[in-house]
Amino acid sequence: ALKDGLLSQVSAALKEGRVTPTELCQRCLALIKSTKFLNAYITVAEETALKQAEESEERYKRGQPLGILDGIPIAVKDNFNTAGIETTCASNMLKGYISPYNATVVQKLLDQGAVLLGKTNLDEFAMGSGSTDGVFGPVRNPWSYSKQYKEKSVPKSHSEDEESNWVITGGSSGGSAAAVSSFTCFAALGSDTGGSTRNPAAHCGVVGLKPTYGLISRHGLIPLVNSMDVPGILTRCVDDAAVLLGSLAGHDPKDSTTVQDDFKPFELPNLTDVSKLSIGIPKEYHAPGLSSEILALWSKAADLFKNAGAKVVEVSLPHTRYSIVCYHVLCTAEVASNMARFDGLEYGHRSDKKESTESMYAATRREGFNDVVRGRILSGNYFLLKQNYEKYFVKAQKVRRLIATDFVKVFRSGVDILLTPTTLSDAAPYTEFIKEDNRTRSTQDDILTQAANMAGLPAINVPTALSERGLPVGLQFIGRSFQEKQLLTVAKWFEKQVQFPMIQLEEVKKHDSDVFQHQKSASFS
Amino acid sequence: QKVSVEVLDHLEHLALVDFRDSEGVERLQKAIQFADQLHEVNTDGVEPMDSVLEDRWCLYLREDDVTEGNCTKDLMENAREKVEEYFVAPPGNIPLPKLEERDTFLQGS
Repeated sequence: ALKDGLLSQVSAALKEGRVTPTELCQRCLALIKSTKFLNAYITVAEETALKQAEESEERYKRGQPLGILDGIPIAVKDNFNTAGIETTCASNMLKGYISPYNATVVQKLLDQGAVLLGKTNLDEFAMGSGSTDGVFGPVRNPWSYSKQYKEKSVPKSHSEDEESNWVITGGSSGGSAAAVSSFTCFAALGSDTGGSTRNPAAHCGVVGLKPTYGLISRHGLIPLVNSMDVPGILTRCVDDAAVLLGSLAGHDPKDSTTVQDDFKPFELPNLTDVSKLSIGIPKEYHAPGLSSEILALWSKAADLFKNAGAKVVEVSLPHTRYSIVCYHVLCTAEVASNMARFDGLEYGHRSDKKESTESMYAATRREGFNDVVRGRILSGNYFLLKQNYEKYFVKAQKVRRLIATDFVKVFRSGVDILLTPTTLSDAAPYTEFIKEDNRTRSTQDDILTQAANMAGLPAINVPTALSERGLPVGLQFIGRSFQEKQLLTVAKWFEKQVQFPMIQLEEVKKHDSDVFQHQKSASFS
Repeated sequence: QKVSVEVLDHLEHLALVDFRDSEGVERLQKAIQFADQLHEVNTDGVEPMDSVLEDRWCLYLREDDVTEGNCTKDLMENAREKVEEYFVAPPGNIPLPKLEERDTFLQGS
């Protein structure tokens, strides 16, 4: 059993009967209701969750819990298939679509006794970096309502205060990040194709892990970019991310892109001696637009490692600035292919047009997809035209190799872990964010995160400090392929050093209970 | 240089998705402009990369045993128009109307 971490503490409380799975579930459901204004959830599966909690309780009574996740309330991003529960991808195309099966990662969580509270909000089809472009509306960052943010913000007028001031969660897994951040669940699944788990994790002050490509099954995750997508893990501390990883990783015969190597779940050691570590600081990640605040924090973090005895070296990933361009081409190309399945025939929205198959497909897709999705499909098709294929698609694949090789070279030179910022700045107010279009925003916001997807490497956001506006800022660690244990060990050490403050939310105080007290003492204040 | 109306029309046919308005077309123009930066990179002698797992794994063949299925009823649930175990589609082999006859933003271009 894990000694540290929130999940292990709650698990202990469940085993000892200090709290029951039903109580946990009910508290979370109540909190979801009272934080509805965050718009973090698209579907709340109240009945099934309570049923799962009851079954968990029976197991605890018999002294036979399935494991550390038994009875733990979790949330899942709404682009994972969940049997019997609506899966929308925040799109009109899939409104009303009830999944006939569970994604492998969902099944694994349920098999461990986890309680599925509901499906979280996202940008439509996971395309975006704000969680603002889904059909159910934008997700609000819980920190918008925190004491820390309110103290620092200057409202224009009292009535305008909260309504116009709220900040975005980042995206596209904003709902999951907000859910974890606001205590409505203990862990959540996101997805990460260009930073979609790490970006909202940074803005919402939670841990966001992008595992190595090929480690966790994508079966049942509605695909965006098959060669880059991974399920992402959002938790309140690094130890919990390790627990989730342990439950989810491993070969899946239903996903041929999962490696066949045996995966052994691990406990994270409490690292005390970092003198054998070599931390790389990629100079190209000092990207244009990086806020001076985050630059300073990044520098401070590097010093932290240096002062603790680690070797800290500046390294170079020369093709960094092309990775966003490369991503743009490869992503739209794969999207063009993946979105072709939505034609209205077998599932999802179907237009009433009857003249011909093609006109029905065209009308269905016209009605079902938003501008962002349609834009990417059209761009992708352009890059895949015969006359453009070599020039754009193959070219991008070549540049991809160069980017991946950059990382290989750096890791081969003796660097163990890379330390970079996760985002260019803290979370923007919604009114500011929507001034630019989705593609522009994604281009800006993904710049620090998506090279890791290009190379398939594991990466994690660790909440580091609060900005001057009272909002979370995180830093990113990137590790070697399949070396999650080392990555998380270093991340855990760093987490312990920085003591990121807990969010002070009015709503949570109202629902205060032993369990939440538990959380408070378990995390750092 | 701007993308011609012929190509735009061709894309609408291929993608079965519409540009909708001038913003949509502008979006494509900007996307192409952005992607053109790739040509600054020297990729002589570099092989295209299909998958980051190229060294690690090869697709394997499994035994040709039926391990799952019999889920017709579940799969038909989500289809709007069906007859018995068939998905019902409008008549096929009818191409999308030409640009001049189609209700598309591109008509005005």
